[in-house]
Amino acid sequence: MDNERVKSSRRKFLRSAVAVAGATLGYTWLKSTQFLVYAAEPEDKSLPWYGIVIDIEKCIGCGSCAKACKNENDVPVEPFFFRIWVEQYTVMNDGSVDIKSPNGGIDGFKQTIPDEKIFKSFFVPKMCNHCSKSPCSQVCPVGATYESPEGVVLIDEKYCIGCRYCVQACPYGCRFIHPEKKVANKCTLCYHRLKKGLAPACMEICPTGARMYGNLRDKNSELVKFLKEHTTQVLRPNLNTGAKLYYNALSSEVR
Amino acid sequence: MEPDYQHLYEILANAQGYIFPNEIDLQWGILIVVYPFITGLVAGAFILASLERVFKVKILKSTYQIALLTALSFLLVATLPLISHLSQPQRAYEIMITPHASSAMAIFGFVYLWYLMVVLLLEVWFDYRHSMVVWAAEKKGTMKWIYTILTLGLSDISPKTLSWDRKLGYFVTVIGIPSAFILHGYVGFIFGSIKANPWWSTPLMPIIFIFSAMVSGISMVMLIYMVVSYIRTRHFDINVLDSIGKYLFFVLILDFTLEGLDQIHRIYEAEESFETIKLLVEGKLYLTLFISQGLVGTIIPLGILAFLQFYKGKIRLRKTLYFTTGILVLIGVYSMRWNVVIGGQLFSKSFSGFTSFKVGLIGLDGTLMAAFWLILPFGILAFLLWLLPPWKMVQEEE
Repeated sequence: MDNERVKSSRRKFLRSAVAVAGATLGYTWLKSTQFLVYAAEPEDKSLPWYGIVIDIEKCIGCGSCAKACKNENDVPVEPFFFRIWVEQYTVMNDGSVDIKSPNGGIDGFKQTIPDEKIFKSFFVPKMCNHCSKSPCSQVCPVGATYESPEGVVLIDEKYCIGCRYCVQACPYGCRFIHPEKKVANKCTLCYHRLKKGLAPACMEICPTGARMYGNLRDKNSELVKFLKEHTTQVLRPNLNTGAKLYYNALSSEVR
Repeated sequence: MEPDYQHLYEILANAQGYIFPNEIDLQWGILIVVYPFITGLVAGAFILASLERVFKVKILKSTYQIALLTALSFLLVATLPLISHLSQPQRAYEIMITPHASSAMAIFGFVYLWYLMVVLLLEVWFDYRHSMVVWAAEKKGTMKWIYTILTLGLSDISPKTLSWDRKLGYFVTVIGIPSAFILHGYVGFIFGSIKANPWWSTPLMPIIFIFSAMVSGISMVMLIYMVVSYIRTRHFDINVLDSIGKYLFFVLILDFTLEGLDQIHRIYEAEESFETIKLLVEGKLYLTLFISQGLVGTIIPLGILAFLQFYKGKIRLRKTLYFTTGILVLIGVYSMRWNVVIGGQLFSKSFSGFTSFKVGLIGLDGTLMAAFWLILPFGILAFLLWLLPPWKMVQEEE
C-alpha cells in the first residue's frame, strides 16, 4: 500500500519534471527563434526609454559637441574616430550639394563657396541613432553590442571580438574600431552620466540648445512636447532601423 | 604602442566627395577577400566530387578523391584568415560558446564544424578506411601506427562491413550536397543581409556565391588533376577534362546569368544609391569588375569552353585551353570576391563620396599574409595526397 503511494508520487514527480524541462526547452527554443524578426522589446517599462532630438534650425556649427564628446569619452583626437560629428551642407543654385566635415567640425567651419552660388546652407550634427531595431546589435556574433533597458545601444568592451561586422551594419557610419582598445566603439549617450542624472556631454555644452534628450515614455517630458509641436524626421526611414534620433527641419539632401 | 595613422592621413587626403569621418579606413581588407574565395573552393570541389558519387558520373571517378581532399585542405584553412583578421583573436571562441542567434556571422562556426566533422572528415574516412586497414598491415614503424590510429581501431574489412562503409559514405555525400550549398550560400548571406550596404544587400547574393563557388571549385579540381597527373608523369584522360569542362561551361553560364540579373535589376530599379554605385563600377572597380571578373574571368572562358564543346581535335591544344580556362576562371572568381568585399566598402554610406584602399605588402593584413593563406592549402593537399594517395587505394569490386 505504502509502496504504491511512493511509486505514484515518484511517477508524479517524474511527470512534472519532464513537463518543466520540456517547457523550459520549448521556451528557450522559441526565444532563440526570434532572430528572424529582430527588435528589442523593452522588458522593464518603469525605466525611461530615451530618445533624442536635434533641431537643425538651432545648430550654429560651432562643433563644441564633437569636442566635448572626445574629451568626455576618451575618443582619440585623430580625425578618423568620432562618436559625434557635425556636417555642413551647402546646396548650390544648380542643385548640386557640397558636404563637409573637417575634423568632424571640432575646429568650426568656414564657408568657402561664394554667396551668390549658394541656394541654402545648414549644419547637421550626427551621432548614434540608438535604434530600437538596431542593425548593429542584430549582427554582433557574440552579443557584445546590445540595447540597454533604457533603449541605449551599448558595447561590452571586454566581450567584443573585433570582427567589425557592426561597423558594416550601421547605415549611419556611427561606429569605429578604437585604435588602442581594439574593439568597436560608439556613442553611449554618455550612459555613465545618464545613470548619475547628468545630461550627455554634447547636450550639456550645446550653446543654442539644439540637442535634447528625454524619456519617450513620459508624455509630459520636454522631448515629447517638442515632438508633438514639430514635424520631425529620422534618417534613412526606409531602412526601418527604429531610429530614436529625431531631426527637426531635416532637409531631403541629408543621409 | 602608438598606432600609426600615417596611412589614414594619406587616404583622407585622397578621399573623393564626402565620406563619414569614421569611414576613412576599410574595416575588411584582403583577408576577408581570401575567406569567401577559399570557402567557395571547398563547396565547389565537394559538389564536383558528389557528381561522381551521387549522380554516378563514372568518368569523374579519377578526380573524386582529389576533389574530396582538395575540399578538405581548403576547409582546414578557411577560418584562419577570419580569425587572424579579428582585432581580438583570443576571444574568437566566444562565437562558439555564446553565439548571438540573430547574427548571420555567429552561425558560421557551427556550419563550418558541421561541414568539417560530419561531412568531409566522415566521408574521407568511410572512403579510405579499407585502404588504411590494408596500408596499416603492409607498412612498418611509424606509418603503421599512423594508419592504425587513422582507422580508429576499426580493422574489420569483411565484405559486409565494407558494404556498410559504402552505404554510409553515400549517405554522408547526400547530406553533403545541401551542406555545401548551405556553407557557401551562408557566406553570401553574411554580405547579402546587410541592409545598410546597397552593394551587398540582395537576396541573390547567397545564390551568386554558390554558383561562383561551384565555378571556382570545379576549375581548381581540374587544374589540380592536371598538375598531379603531370607530376606523377601519368597520362591523363582527355575525356575526364572534357567532362569537367562541360560542367564548368554550364555552371559558368548560370553564374554569369545570375550576376547579370543582379546588375540589370540594380540598374533598372536605380534606387537612391544608384548614382554612387555607377561611379564606383565605372571608376574604382572598372579594372577588377569589367576587365578581370567580366572579360578575363567570364567572357573569355565562356568562349573557350563553348569552342571546346565542338572542337575535338588536337589533344595538346585542348589541354592547354582547359588549363588556361581554369586559371582565368579562378582569377575571375577571386576578382568577384574582391569586388564584393572591397567594392562594398569603397563608397560612403552617405552616398556622397569614396574612400580608397591600398593593400600593404607586409603585416597581418597584407598581401604576403593573404598569399600565405592561399598557398597553405596546397601544402596540406600535397601532404594529404602523400598520406592518402588515391592512386594506391585498394580497389573494391562493385
